Amino acid sequence: MRNFIIKRVAISVVILLCVTVIIYGLVRAMPGSYVETMAIQLSSLPGAKPYEEWLAQLEADYGLDKPFLVGWFTWIKEFCTGNFGDSWKYTIRVIDKFNDVIGVSFVMGAVSLVLQLIIAIPLGIIAATKQYSKADYAISAGALVGISLPTFFFASLLKLVFAMKLGWFETHGLVGRNFAQLSPSGQFWDMAHHLVLPIVTLVIISIGSLMRYTRTNMLEVLNADYIRTARAKGLSEGRVIYHHAFRNTLIPLVTMVGGSLPGLFSGALITETLFSIPGIGYTSYQAMLAGDIPFTMFYLTFLAVLTLAGNLISDILYAVVDPRVRLA
Amino acid sequence: MSEETKVVTSGNAPDSEEYSLNDDRRVKVLTPGALVAKRFFRNRLAIIGLVMLIAMFMFSFVGGIITPYGQAEIFYTYEMMEKEYVGVTRNDAIRYLVAEEQEFPTLAQAQFVLALNTGKTEFSYGDVDYTFTDEGGDLYSIYAGDELRAAAYKDIVNAADGEAQLPFIAKHAALLAYVNGEDAFTADGASYTLDADGNILRGGKEVGYISRFVVQSKENGVVITRDFKERLEEALETDDEDFIYNDPDGTEHTYRITYDASAKVWSVMQETPTYVSVKYGQPSWEHLLGTDGNGMDMLTRLMYGGRVSLIIGFIVVGIETVLGIIMGGVSGYFGGWVDNLIMRIVDVFYCIPSTPIIIILGAAMDSMQVDPQIRMLYLMLLLGFLGWPGVARMVRGQILSLREQEFMTATEACGISVSHRIFKHLIPNVIPQLIVISTMGLGSVILTEATLSFLGLGVKFPFASWGNIISDVNNSFVMTNYWFVWIPAGICLLITVLGFNFVGDGLRDAFDPKMKR
Repeated sequence: MRNFIIKRVAISVVILLCVTVIIYGLVRAMPGSYVETMAIQLSSLPGAKPYEEWLAQLEADYGLDKPFLVGWFTWIKEFCTGNFGDSWKYTIRVIDKFNDVIGVSFVMGAVSLVLQLIIAIPLGIIAATKQYSKADYAISAGALVGISLPTFFFASLLKLVFAMKLGWFETHGLVGRNFAQLSPSGQFWDMAHHLVLPIVTLVIISIGSLMRYTRTNMLEVLNADYIRTARAKGLSEGRVIYHHAFRNTLIPLVTMVGGSLPGLFSGALITETLFSIPGIGYTSYQAMLAGDIPFTMFYLTFLAVLTLAGNLISDILYAVVDPRVRLA
Repeated sequence: MSEETKVVTSGNAPDSEEYSLNDDRRVKVLTPGALVAKRFFRNRLAIIGLVMLIAMFMFSFVGGIITPYGQAEIFYTYEMMEKEYVGVTRNDAIRYLVAEEQEFPTLAQAQFVLALNTGKTEFSYGDVDYTFTDEGGDLYSIYAGDELRAAAYKDIVNAADGEAQLPFIAKHAALLAYVNGEDAFTADGASYTLDADGNILRGGKEVGYISRFVVQSKENGVVITRDFKERLEEALETDDEDFIYNDPDGTEHTYRITYDASAKVWSVMQETPTYVSVKYGQPSWEHLLGTDGNGMDMLTRLMYGGRVSLIIGFIVVGIETVLGIIMGGVSGYFGGWVDNLIMRIVDVFYCIPSTPIIIILGAAMDSMQVDPQIRMLYLMLLLGFLGWPGVARMVRGQILSLREQEFMTATEACGISVSHRIFKHLIPNVIPQLIVISTMGLGSVILTEATLSFLGLGVKFPFASWGNIISDVNNSFVMTNYWFVWIPAGICLLITVLGFNFVGDGLRDAFDPKMKR
């Protein structure tokens, strides 16, 4: 087991290095970057140096004049020592901005994951146990509708109905106008109120795949021999399903959910942007559009690390929860 | 493979007695393909999906031909718009007339105002000492010694239509006569008469007029006639809201007068037919779904948008599949270090956060101002290039198990070339899974493209795409008031993606021989 983990971590590090080379190359090659925009602004001031001179000076200041590989080595060295640089757009340290915004994203992700589990697993089990019934068709179709819904369209519909027409929720932002005057509990409820629509969006959009996953795995388990044996023993249907079948369905479920845990930190870029929730997704979206290389590099690397961590966790969990699996 | 040779007895065929028991014609043999089709058509959701897809294909490809409008055709209409015709201000500031070949600079004017406000009648500027006399009616004559240098006034002497400006002396004399209520004056040897309306006549011909109102035309090329001005002044003095004017041709025009108290300006508004594009036109028989913010027919845009979305989907999935088959096939067949290398590349691709990368590249293309058509091409290549690892992984997994089977040993024994073995014997066995993965993939590619276009980073104007049609919703006024601009596009998108997912799901079940039905 330990050897397996060490080997996987080593491979992950190599993959991560390759990924950072690729994304660093892309981000560096970006035209219209922050530095160019800034040079244009500075050179248009009265009596300023010409654009080329400003560009050269700024590139030297930001370390962009070095060749690509040297730049990457500098970046990776700093990154490994925990220095993630200063954000150009937000003009504070990347890590400070990250600490500011990650909380909201995590709360959104965690709440929506819990809601998804509460809703999707029972529905998936019902669909599997009553295969080809009306309920199964409804649940399967519902799951596919959830998968097929464009996030931005669904979010706009929610905004139109619940924020504009009914006026129950806010369309944008995390806090209300009078946030500063509220008591701590009032502030909590204000934020919670603003997060309802984004979380509903996230849940509906991503619930379908979990529902289908539960249904498929439950169906597989229900076709297994030990279920036939359990039935043959004369066990009640409830005991067969919730004791024998469901426990075995939990194996892939735990693996999948465990693997998606790191993803809670990755933020929901589209949803956060649509609702202007200042989470990591929205913040990074703005940084990317502004060509803020340190922040973008940090975010992309962070996402890659999360993906690798998710894969690793799900592989390990697979071996932990299923005694039949031996890791080589 | 009992399923694939499954036989169906045709029980109630009338002439069945004629066949012997083991006659082949007694049984109807179904090919594997027919069995798959049969299972597929039993799946209600899959049929619904198929109908949805056919409907959307017809809508996009046939609809685009049938529709009488073009995708970038802008519709215009004449709309009665209230436009400002003239603006009128009452002159409350002191203006200056300066005698010919004399100077009365701004600083001297300031000195004059200072003296006026402090009740003095003399002031100096530079090395000249000025005196002035109050002629009444806000008219002041300014002298240097005995010489008339300038006049300060509030009533304005205008030249009559088509006449030259009066000389300074005449203007001053006219103002003097006007404030004193005289009806005649002489200046420069010519004699003028002044009527009660402030018209200045020379030899019976109108050469100018005096008025405290400044009337400015707000439209280019429109000359405001004196007659109009006079009538307007009358209307202003009686505080009328409406002003009716009969022009010399006898046509009657109605104007509405509004007064802006803070700017002390009267605006005379005229209803004029204006040629404008039909912005967010309501649905009508002419435009079943109304028009968008550019005055283009919404339904036609939707059809062309569907074309773009579907074509992009197919091309991207095509690129993904071809790359995936080649990489996965090579990786699975050869194994060893080739497999290891390709699978690590796949891992790297899996690890690249694709949405941010596409957003960054989209923003980069924005700043490079890439031509929309070329941009569409780049988008397809990019999406295809980021999407192949999933296909490759699936193909490799299938081939790993297939290549151990006897038929592969047979191909090797026959001496068939490697590429033939991979692409003629292994890949066809993966086709069912490929079809399923591509169908589901089409749905997700269309969603990705729509999301990018929605963010303004994918397909760009003038090309329509369902995503960029919906992006109008970013304007919250459009969102609340013009449902027909964005809801139909969203529904089209949903139906198409749902159709692909239903069909893909149905195909997956149909290809699965373990399925009960």
